[in-house]
Amino acid sequence: MKPEDMRFTKEHEWVAVNDDASEAAVGITDYAAGELGDIVYIELPKEGAHVRCMQPMGTIEAVKTVADLYSPLSGVVSAVNKNLENSPEIVNKSPFGDGWFVRIRIADAGELDRLMNYTAYRAMIGKE
Amino acid sequence: MSPKRTPLTGIHEGLGARIIEFAGFHMPVSYTSILEEHQAVRERIGLFDVSHMGEFFITGPNAGRFVDELVTNDCRKLAPGGVLYTVMCRDDGTVVDDLLVYLIGGGRNPEYMLVVNAANIEKDFSHISAHVSGGVSLENMSDAIALIAVQGPASLELLGRCPFFAPAMDGVSSLEYYHFMRFEREGETITVSRTGYTGERGFELFIPPRFAAGLWSELMQSGAPLGIKPVGLAARDTLRFEASFCLYGHELDDRTTPLEAGLSWVVKLDKESFIGKRALAEEKKKRPKRKLAGFELEGRNIARQGFRVFCGGRHAGAVTSGTYSPTLKKSLCMALVENDPSSPAGAYEIEIRNAMMPAQAVALPFYKSRAKG
Repeated sequence: MKPEDMRFTKEHEWVAVNDDASEAAVGITDYAAGELGDIVYIELPKEGAHVRCMQPMGTIEAVKTVADLYSPLSGVVSAVNKNLENSPEIVNKSPFGDGWFVRIRIADAGELDRLMNYTAYRAMIGKE
Repeated sequence: MSPKRTPLTGIHEGLGARIIEFAGFHMPVSYTSILEEHQAVRERIGLFDVSHMGEFFITGPNAGRFVDELVTNDCRKLAPGGVLYTVMCRDDGTVVDDLLVYLIGGGRNPEYMLVVNAANIEKDFSHISAHVSGGVSLENMSDAIALIAVQGPASLELLGRCPFFAPAMDGVSSLEYYHFMRFEREGETITVSRTGYTGERGFELFIPPRFAAGLWSELMQSGAPLGIKPVGLAARDTLRFEASFCLYGHELDDRTTPLEAGLSWVVKLDKESFIGKRALAEEKKKRPKRKLAGFELEGRNIARQGFRVFCGGRHAGAVTSGTYSPTLKKSLCMALVENDPSSPAGAYEIEIRNAMMPAQAVALPFYKSRAKG
């Protein structure tokens, strides 16, 4: 999915929702990956874990800093990107593609309305 | 006060570096990727702007005795052209700064250059000034000297390719580790020092600011076939960390003694006198309360400065520096911990965001280059 079709949080996560709004892939934006710099370790929730909207669900360790990973939605983790375990640098290389973090089975589709569209996100990071 | 620019800040901006304020200077923290910059120095060559470092000159008939009293290491061993790593302490043995002492000229009117940490320039200058006595003059030349570091296995080859060093290459290529030579260019002094802060073979080049931009470009151009990369402060930190060099503000600070920080090798208690000697001799006799230790974490979480270290379930100290080692591909940290010989080995844990992570004590340095300095 292209960034133009994704939704965004102010914590720099992207959300790619499937057609019937039952499931969403989640990652961090190119801007966030660039700000963090080289990512060396990502702690993700396990498959089946319950996550809550805007609550921490993991951590991202970069060489210079560490960041919390927030869940953009409430629901259940339905898939975890296992490739990030040994190759977290994928997130720096392909934040919107191969660098996805988890898929979440959406519990409350109403939460999607609170997310920004691409234009609003770009405006927020000063790149409109 | 707004941060100072080095003679190379404009070049870093042009290269798209991420610039931060560090020790009162606009400094490049990274140009592309910390890991790539780090690897360039370990495998090929990297170029650093370290013009923020401070340079003091101490001259006069009593300069030799003065410098030897000021620092803990033995300056009497220095011959002209030699460099010495040392610390200077207060009377109570705590570290004012770690520094390099260059003996430029000996004889009856000796001349020394002291290279100090950027963040400590003012503190160091007032500490030294307070001890200056007759026959000694002290001058802060930090703003009149730019400093470029060339580090990596190909560093000597690079200098050989630069026309800038052509008149001096005989001397440069025979420089031994912790030695320097000087030559004249357009009436100004260039100092080439075989030193560095990366654990890799390399040189530090002290030049007048007006030469800095031209020399940087020449080094980048001549180094292109060798795979040179400009390297920022972030990779400078991961490089020095792997080599387990102390960084002031981390392993050393105003409350730490050199004996705690693993620097007893630069504290020469057999010297007749130096500032802090009595306190350090006493500390050594009683055994230092803390020691600097290296740890390897089992996971890949990073133990960062200030994280608490536990030994056998008891709070035993704090992390001073920690990162994921790009060369060794492990999560490593240094920590100041209780110096208790009865501590059971392997019983360490580090608290990372409310979780206890097992950590194995490992010997320092973490990394040693095959080609020294």
